[in-house]
Amino acid sequence: MARFIARRLGLICITLLVVSLVIFVITELLPGDVAAMILGKEATEESLERLREELGLNRPAYERYLSWVGDVLRGDLGDSYALKLPITDIVGRRLRHSVILAAFAFLVGVPAAVAAGIWAGIHPNTKLDRIVSMTGLVGISIPEFVTGLLLMLLFSSTLHLLPSSSIILPGVNPLTSPQILIMPALTITSVLFAYIMRMTRANVIEVMQADYIRTAILKGLPMKRVILRHLFPNAMLPTITVIASSFGWMLGGIIIVENVFAYPGIGQLLLRSIETHDIPLLEVVTLIVAGTYAISNLLADLSYAALDPRVRLG
Amino acid sequence: MIEIICSGLVATWRSIGNTLRLILRTWSGRIALPIVLLHLVLTLFGPWLAPYSPTAMPESIEQYQNLPPSLQFWLGTDQYGRDVLSRVMCGAGSLIATAGGGALLGIMLGAVVGMSSGYKGGRVDEVFMRVMDGLMSFPTLLLALLVLFTLGPSRFNIAATIGFVSMPAIARVVRSTTLSLKTMEFVQSARLRGESTFYIIFREILPNVLPVLGVEASVRFSYAILSVASLGFLGLGIQPPSPDWGLMISQSRRFLVIAPWVALAPMAAVASLVIGVNLLADGIRQATRMAKEEKHE
Repeated sequence: MARFIARRLGLICITLLVVSLVIFVITELLPGDVAAMILGKEATEESLERLREELGLNRPAYERYLSWVGDVLRGDLGDSYALKLPITDIVGRRLRHSVILAAFAFLVGVPAAVAAGIWAGIHPNTKLDRIVSMTGLVGISIPEFVTGLLLMLLFSSTLHLLPSSSIILPGVNPLTSPQILIMPALTITSVLFAYIMRMTRANVIEVMQADYIRTAILKGLPMKRVILRHLFPNAMLPTITVIASSFGWMLGGIIIVENVFAYPGIGQLLLRSIETHDIPLLEVVTLIVAGTYAISNLLADLSYAALDPRVRLG
Repeated sequence: MIEIICSGLVATWRSIGNTLRLILRTWSGRIALPIVLLHLVLTLFGPWLAPYSPTAMPESIEQYQNLPPSLQFWLGTDQYGRDVLSRVMCGAGSLIATAGGGALLGIMLGAVVGMSSGYKGGRVDEVFMRVMDGLMSFPTLLLALLVLFTLGPSRFNIAATIGFVSMPAIARVVRSTTLSLKTMEFVQSARLRGESTFYIIFREILPNVLPVLGVEASVRFSYAILSVASLGFLGLGIQPPSPDWGLMISQSRRFLVIAPWVALAPMAAVASLVIGVNLLADGIRQATRMAKEEKHE
């Protein structure tokens, strides 16, 4: 077990190293001079040269990459080109905002989706199941930015209940004004709910046809016990993988939702760093997103092994 | 070689015709087909059917700006005085072509990788699958954003990116199907007859992987539409003034309160398209199950 975790963590480190190298190579190949981009068109050759010296752009590429890796390993993420601030300061605050938003959406969406999926799977082809399934299909079909704007149109433009933008001023904790979290979280939840619910329903229907369920029902166990003891553990196994993979989906969704609601999180930072060609910032944000995804996949595999005695990791 | 490919295609075509007949017997299929057909008509003939030009602005923009829906402009006009209906009709083509091209590329790459990986096994399988795992360990939208950031947004780049990021999942599914097909009698006897690997993959395995590929293709197509629309919304899609649904929605945000129709029309268009494609995927899934039952009877 410990060996499995160690090997996977090692693989994650290698993946992240490859990712950082790829981004570095990409940015090396991109046309355009970073110094000119920072100082603008009117900069003199002299000041450009001074800035290049300052940023260390005169050194060969591999040297810059190695020193960057060294700095990151020592906990120094460097400065953002465009914002001229230490990246640690910017990213920390943004990351906290995104985690709050994601946790909000996840805590509401996942239990509701699993409950609805199990219910619909136990009663397939009833009227309510059709409604639940149709909702799920519509949910996975509507892009996040459409859901977000529809909510905005309904709750802020028409009903004037919620603020249409979720801007957070520096130094303010988003939890002190939870109303700005409602619409972004609801938007992410809608996709998350639909996706997990559909998968849970399909898994439950499959498990319901298994012989051991039929035996359990026929030997006269109360339905509640069949569901809790026999159905639930078996149907949850594939669902856990689905929840973990939906986490990756949510990381993508969060980029769009933060853009729709102007919510200052990690996704917005990623888009901004792409727009302004802020390479040090882009490197760090990408590594954070990719790392989160990799670790969530690892956690999924571990919980799978913990629940299924047949799976042996090693 | 060409003969093998041709006869493979004929068999493919026959099984598509048969599946289509079965799809029309399911509820999802019957609802999905008209929706998808409407969008296909728009894709092919949208620019001819549109009442106005999708890009030309009227001479006096103020006079035609953000007009509500009327008999003259069925879905109103946008902030530049352009007819929203015409822009929505002309936007279908580029979205469906880009998403379809991306999905098709992903399917072809995934099928080739999956079939050869599953059939060959051993070292080839190991290398292919580790590369696919590596690609999958990365959120799709992030990967697409980085690729487009490097290559620059163009219709071709977007389609290539989407094909590339959807390949691993398809390859996995095709591989597992190929693994079970490999042990079947008809594949074994083809091998004993001394047929080439190429023949066996195209003529024996491909036709039997098709039902799986069909479901996978429709699901991937719906993901591709969502991705293209999302990239367009983020400004990394087709550049203005060409009508792009994602971009239209993004640009209409500033006028959401005074002119909601400018946003609602492309929203309805993209939502209905994806719902149609997803229903079709459901239909194909049910149809392949029915086909299996028919065979057993």
